[in-house]
Amino acid sequence: MSDTATASNQDSHHGLVENNKKLLMWLFLGSDCMFFGTLIATHLIYRKLYPEAYDPTTVFDLELTSFSTFILLMSSFLMALAVSAMHKGQMKSFRRNVIGVIFFGLIFLGCQVYEFTEFVHLDLTIQTATFGSTFFVMTGTHGVHVAIGVFWLICMYFYSHTGKMDPHESAVDVEVAGLYWHFVDIVWIIIFTVVYLIEFIGKT
Amino acid sequence: MSSTVTDTHTATEQHEHHVLKPEHSNLGLLRPDHSKSVIVDWLTTVDHKKIGIMYGALALFFFLVGGIEALIIRAQLFVPENTLISAQTYNQMFTMHGTTMIFLAVMPLSSAFFNFLVPLQIGARDVAFPRLNTFSLWTFVAGAFILNVSWLFQAAHALGWFTPSGATAGMTDMAPAGGWFGYAPLNSASFTGIGTDFWVLGLQILGVASLAASMNFIVTIINMRAPGMKMMRMPVFTWMTLVTSLLIVFAFPAITIALAELMFDRNFGTNFFRVSEGGQPILWQHLFWVFGHPEVYILILPAMGIVSEILPTFSKKPLFGYAIVVFSGAVIGFLGFAVWSHHMFTTGLGKVATAAFSLLTMAIAVPTGVKIFNWIGTLWGGHVRFTAPMIFSLGFVWMFMMGGFSGIMHSSAPADAQQQDSYFVIAHFHYVLIGGAVLALIAGIYFWLPKIFGKMWKGTLSNWVALVIVVGLNVTFFPMHFLGLIGMPRRTHTYLSGFGWDGYNMVCTIGAFTLAFGILLFLIDIYRCLKHGEPAGNDPWDARTLEWSTSSPVKVYNFARTPVIAARDALWEHKYGAENRKISYEKTDGHGIHMPSQSWFPLIASIGFVFIGLGMTLRQAGVHIAQFTNGAGEQVTIGMGYLAILGLIVLSTGIALWALEGPGGYHLHPEEDDQS
Repeated sequence: MSDTATASNQDSHHGLVENNKKLLMWLFLGSDCMFFGTLIATHLIYRKLYPEAYDPTTVFDLELTSFSTFILLMSSFLMALAVSAMHKGQMKSFRRNVIGVIFFGLIFLGCQVYEFTEFVHLDLTIQTATFGSTFFVMTGTHGVHVAIGVFWLICMYFYSHTGKMDPHESAVDVEVAGLYWHFVDIVWIIIFTVVYLIEFIGKT
Repeated sequence: MSSTVTDTHTATEQHEHHVLKPEHSNLGLLRPDHSKSVIVDWLTTVDHKKIGIMYGALALFFFLVGGIEALIIRAQLFVPENTLISAQTYNQMFTMHGTTMIFLAVMPLSSAFFNFLVPLQIGARDVAFPRLNTFSLWTFVAGAFILNVSWLFQAAHALGWFTPSGATAGMTDMAPAGGWFGYAPLNSASFTGIGTDFWVLGLQILGVASLAASMNFIVTIINMRAPGMKMMRMPVFTWMTLVTSLLIVFAFPAITIALAELMFDRNFGTNFFRVSEGGQPILWQHLFWVFGHPEVYILILPAMGIVSEILPTFSKKPLFGYAIVVFSGAVIGFLGFAVWSHHMFTTGLGKVATAAFSLLTMAIAVPTGVKIFNWIGTLWGGHVRFTAPMIFSLGFVWMFMMGGFSGIMHSSAPADAQQQDSYFVIAHFHYVLIGGAVLALIAGIYFWLPKIFGKMWKGTLSNWVALVIVVGLNVTFFPMHFLGLIGMPRRTHTYLSGFGWDGYNMVCTIGAFTLAFGILLFLIDIYRCLKHGEPAGNDPWDARTLEWSTSSPVKVYNFARTPVIAARDALWEHKYGAENRKISYEKTDGHGIHMPSQSWFPLIASIGFVFIGLGMTLRQAGVHIAQFTNGAGEQVTIGMGYLAILGLIVLSTGIALWALEGPGGYHLHPEEDDQS
């Protein structure tokens, strides 16, 4: 997370293409693309293979999911503001925006928990054919990513109150957290499109 | 200076110990720096050289474990209808032999070289994220532990002390028995016991270690190069480390998800691979080989890098066609993602897919062949010195080529349909992996051990090591080509007499023990070197790259002053090149050398993985932590799932504290005249 041998070794090293931590996060995101790619591919393969096995439009609540998608998108906007505030050294504005991101992230997670509970009531569980398995594991993995992001930002928020957070040095840490958050957001937009929206083509 | 050994080492060390005291971290805890306890020092080290040595020692240990498993397999097949071990034990032996050799021997041995060499070859003081590197090491240990602890449960089961209940009740395999690629649906809870759970959890944990290490190396190579060390001036070994790391970053997610899906199938009743509910076993094969084929290149590219360092050194010539060797390495890495289905030609992919994967597989032989020609071009007209590393490297070129030839035979789908699952395949990949990867790694050990420990090899035992290993390798695996072609299937625990297999099998087994004897000689040679070796000096081989410009053994700060690189083969140019191609050194700024602080938290975080692994596996065996009757008279069971949750808490707490303690660091002041 904030392993800064980077800074310590920078005095003797040159030709820095990109900050160490940012490059590490980009590599992680590249790897994470493959994680989600595999999960989404599994889901789509089974959807194509068994188009009649389960009709998810009977349980999907498009209004709710659209709302939570919108919330997650807005949280990304606040994250961008938080990163920008940190770059300008505006600690107060940073805290305000991070609280916003945390709050919106928790709303998204709440929606997901509510959605999952509803589905289970409607007899769509993780053991329901291949659809239930792929759907819950994929969206669950995404939810875990959001939860880790929220935990990370909460840590960062409290750390900003210890007085050890120096805008000049910590800006890159916030930026790295921002990269992660935006990525998780983008993955959700893909999931929302190919898992939720596509199902309603020709249905409404 | 590179060619003289400056003896300020002792003075510097005394200096360190007298002046430096451990400091408090941001959490107020004392950092484990400058510890008098050797154990604390090694457990918390962030020094890439010590981490590399530990990777190497562990890899050699598991190389022996995997080797013993192989010898048991060969002993069982010595004569037809042998009853030395049961069919199930045989399955466990070949499963663990493959898994151990790939994930616990060859990969970590390559990783040992990455760790030790890459920072030295690019003129850096350490990797980009030293504590993350420590985390990778201990997470690797945790994964290796989870995989192999299964043997203890198997032994306990044999002694009647341990019987699984719950999801795997009635199963008798406690150690993995599903083959190293664990095909579905054999890997489901209906057919295999907790052995498969150990395998799933162990591989997932090892995946975390590999991913963290690879990302670290990519950042190190891209960002931490010394001034003047342009990408096209980097040693080929560093290049191959970069390509291998990229392969790991993009290939491991596929198997991680496949394993996660399998874990959900086994633990939580999902239907990813459950045939009765529509799950497709072929999906497992695709996901596994999307990882599995790049994995083959993850094993061989570091070996190619090692050989590309050794051949020029002992031919007294630059590597022939440096740029094209680097480029073909990258092409191999790229194409490696596009050939996975050649492991699945017999599954009925359809004509178009089969033809496409067949063509791509043939195409990947081109960059490999280019490398072989470049190595031969390097030797051509050179002043060849037949030292131990050179002999093994020449053995590599020859033996790897033979494995390559049978590989091209497999690329033809109709031929592959005949060879699939026969001993011909076993012969092929052992030529590639032992004749290729292992010979090159041994060459690497012969080449760099004098740098690592500062001791030179003694006498000519190495010639015998090379002879016995190469003879043993060929006696073991060459007859397997014929065995396969006359129809002996792989993975059968015994066979009937009268198929014409008896003689070949007997020869193979004799060869295997010869090979083992060669490895024993090799270990004796290492022992003699470390015990009685003369001081090696900085540059015992008259070598070409930057790591040989430092002292042997390398000091903790690697370079007292940062080198400025002016040419490829930096040290060679420094010794023999024109004035403007020599290495120069940056002026010190008077503040000393900044060293990263050591830390307990990577180790603590890794211990979380042990709990997660044990919790998730023993949960499947119906083991529980405690069972009691509460106040209301209800039976309460605390299952092993809680141990897994505890593991998650340990892991996340460890990482959070690691982030909060801050990187710290201290300064060293090497003597002024101590240049490099």
